[in-house]
Amino acid sequence: MTPSGRPSGVVALLTAAALATAAALTGCAPSTSTGAAGGDERTGLLRVWLFREVDNGPKAAVVGKAVAAFAREHRGARVDVTYIPVETRAQRIKAAFNDPRSAPDVIEYGNTDTAGYVRDGGLADVTADFAAWPEARDTDPAARRSVTVDGKVYGAPLFVGVRALYYRTDVFRELGLRPPRTQAELAETARRIHRERPDLYGLAVGGSYTYGALPFLWANGGALAEKKGRKYTAAVDSEAAKRGITAYTGLFGEHNCPPAKCAQLGGNATVEAFASGRAAMAIGGDFSHRAVENGKAAGRYAVVPLPGAEEGSIAPAFAGGNNIGVLKSSSHRTLAVELMRTLTGKRTQSELFDAMGFLPTYTDVRREAARRQPYVEPFVRTLSAGAAFVPVTPAWAAIDAGQVLPVMFQEIVSGRRSVDAAASAAAKKMNSAFRAAG
Amino acid sequence: MRTHSRWTPWIYLAPALVLLGGLLLYPVYQLGLISFLEYTQAQVSGGRPTSFQGFGNYAALFRDGQFREVLLTTVLFAAACVLATLATGCALAVLLTRVRALPRLALMTAALGAWATPAVTGSTVWLFLFDPDFGPVDKLLTRLGMSGFDGYSWTYDRYSAFALVLLEVVWCSFPFVMVTVYAGIRAVPAEVLEAAALDGASQWRIWRAVTAPMLRPILVVVTLQSVIWDFKVFTQIYVMTNGGGIAGQNLTLNVYAYQKAFASSQYSLGSAIGVVMLLILLAVTLAYLRLLRSQGEEI
Repeated sequence: MTPSGRPSGVVALLTAAALATAAALTGCAPSTSTGAAGGDERTGLLRVWLFREVDNGPKAAVVGKAVAAFAREHRGARVDVTYIPVETRAQRIKAAFNDPRSAPDVIEYGNTDTAGYVRDGGLADVTADFAAWPEARDTDPAARRSVTVDGKVYGAPLFVGVRALYYRTDVFRELGLRPPRTQAELAETARRIHRERPDLYGLAVGGSYTYGALPFLWANGGALAEKKGRKYTAAVDSEAAKRGITAYTGLFGEHNCPPAKCAQLGGNATVEAFASGRAAMAIGGDFSHRAVENGKAAGRYAVVPLPGAEEGSIAPAFAGGNNIGVLKSSSHRTLAVELMRTLTGKRTQSELFDAMGFLPTYTDVRREAARRQPYVEPFVRTLSAGAAFVPVTPAWAAIDAGQVLPVMFQEIVSGRRSVDAAASAAAKKMNSAFRAAG
Repeated sequence: MRTHSRWTPWIYLAPALVLLGGLLLYPVYQLGLISFLEYTQAQVSGGRPTSFQGFGNYAALFRDGQFREVLLTTVLFAAACVLATLATGCALAVLLTRVRALPRLALMTAALGAWATPAVTGSTVWLFLFDPDFGPVDKLLTRLGMSGFDGYSWTYDRYSAFALVLLEVVWCSFPFVMVTVYAGIRAVPAEVLEAAALDGASQWRIWRAVTAPMLRPILVVVTLQSVIWDFKVFTQIYVMTNGGGIAGQNLTLNVYAYQKAFASSQYSLGSAIGVVMLLILLAVTLAYLRLLRSQGEEI
C-alpha cells in the first residue's frame, strides 16, 4: 500500500494481466488421466499399498511372510509393499488413479469405497479370477457383496469388521440385570442403569455414529435404499425405517444419554466412554476390543450380539472391513491377481487374525478363529445371523461425506425436527445424490 | 525519451509480475475453468469425459437452500469476528503504549504465543478448556455460583458454539492487529499527541481525532486482512464443531465447500463455491477501498 498507488490503476493492471494470462492459456483444460490400460508382464516389480495400522508390526510380519512365499513361487517377480496412512488414503489412492505410472498394482481399500473406485475407473474387474478360485467359495455373502458392483467382482475381501453390544458385567451384577434380549429391553435396561447410576450413560450412543444406528433401522425391517433395476431410491423415510430411527433416537435423553453431550458423539467417542468407565453399555466393533482392554473397563465387561426387535433375534450389523483389489492400470495383471489371492487367502487371513484380530471373511476360517479366541464369538454369531451393507453406489461416498445420516439423527435428538420431517429430508438428499451418480 | 521512462518501471516489475501471474492468476484461472465443467473424480482419472456445463454448477449451488443459508451465516460470523478482533487488537495496542516495560513484555509474549500456535492445536486446547466433563471453564463458572454451567456443553447450542469458535478466532488473530497497530501508534509523532493533550482533549478524543486518522492506512490493511481471514475460517469450525456442528448448524462456506465438494470429489461444485467466495471478497475489498477514496483518503 504505497501512498501513490491508486487502487483503480492497480485493479485495471491486474485485470489486464488476468486477461492476458487467460488468453495465453486458453485451451489449457484441467488435467485428465489417459487411464492407459495395463499390460500383463510376467516378471518385474509389483507395488502394493496397504493401510498402516496403529500397531503395524504384526501386520507387516504376516504380510512379509505371505509375500516371501509368493516370490518363491513366482521367479522373476519382486514385490514392494508400502504402508500408507489411513487418514490420507483417499488422496493417495485418487492420485494413483490419476497417474498410472506412479500407481501401485495392488491396493487395500475400505469396502464402502468399492463402488466409488469402480466408477472412477481405478479397479480392475476380476470376476472370472474370483470365480475360478476354489477358496473364494467359502467367502461370506456380506463380504462378497462388498466387492461386487453391478454383478461384477472388483477385488477380494481381506477382513470384515462388525459391531456388537459391550456391557459392564459388574454393573449388571450389582443391579441384578441380564443382557438385553430385545431392543425394547435394551432401552429399558439403559434407562434403569442411568436412573440408579446417574454418573453412567446406560448405553452410550452418538448422533454421528451412523454404523451404530443402522442396526436399529435394519432390525425393524427398514433399509437405507431400495434398488430398482440399476437405480437406487432412498427408503429411510419408509414406515419400517422410521420405527428403527425412532428406536435409536429414543435412546437420547436425560434418561440415558443427554443430547447436549451425546448428539455429537461418533463411534470412537462412544467406545471411549465405555472403555473409560463412563458408560455401562456401548456398541463397539471386534476392532474395539484392544481399546476396551486398555481402558478402565478391562476385565469387567462382556460382549453379546446387539438384540433385534424380536426376542432371540440379532440386529443385522453393518459389515465393514477392507478389501484387496488390482488396479486397472497395472502392467502385471496375472501376477497382481495371484498376489491378491495370496494376500487374501485362507492362510494369510488366519494369520492376520492371530496377529491383528482382523475377522476372516471365510466362514470356515472364522469359525476356527472363534475357537482359538473366544472373545470374537459374539461377533462371529452376529455375522452368521446376516450382516447388512450400505448401498453399493458411488453416491454413497457423497452421502457419507455430506453427513446426511448424522444430520438426520442430530436433527431428531436435538428436537429440531420430527422423525418424519428429518427422515424425509434425508431421503430427499439421498435421492439427489443417487440421481447425480447416475 | 518519454516512452523509455514509461516502460522502465514495467521492466523492473516484470519478474514479479510473471511470478504473480504463474502462482496466482493461473490457479484462479483453473478454478474458474473447472467451475464451468463437470469435473469429478471420474473425470480426473479419465473414467468419463469432461463436459462443459455453462453456469450449471452455479445454478445448482444457488438453488441449494443450504448454500444460501451457509453463505449468510458466513458473512455474519465473519463480520462478528472482524469487529471483535479489531476491537481487541486496537484496545490492547493502546494498552501496550500505556504500561511499563515488564507488563508490556508479558502481554507481547502472550500474544505472540497465541499467534504462533497452529490453528488445530489452538482449537483443540480451547475445546478442552470448554469440555462439559473435564473442562476448567465450566468448573470455574460453577464454582463462581453459576450452577447452570455444570456440565454445560458449549457446542450443543448453535450460538454458544459460534461464540466459542469466535473466541478462538479472536484469540489467534488479535496479535497481528495488536502488533501492527502498536507499531503504527509508536510512529505517531509525540509532539502531535502532546499538543492535543495541551489543548485539553480527552483520551478518547485524542484517539478519535488524532491517532485513528493517522493510523488509517494501517487500519485499512488489518481490516482487509481480517475480513479475508475470517471469511475463510475453516480449521476452527472443522475441529471445534466436529465438521460443522450438530445437524450442520455451524457450517461456514469453507467447511461446506470441503464437505460438499472435496470430501465427495465434486471438484467442479467446490470450484464454483471458491469462485463465489473470491468474488465476494473482491467485492468487499473494492467497495471498502472505494469508500475510503470517496472520503478523500489516499492509502
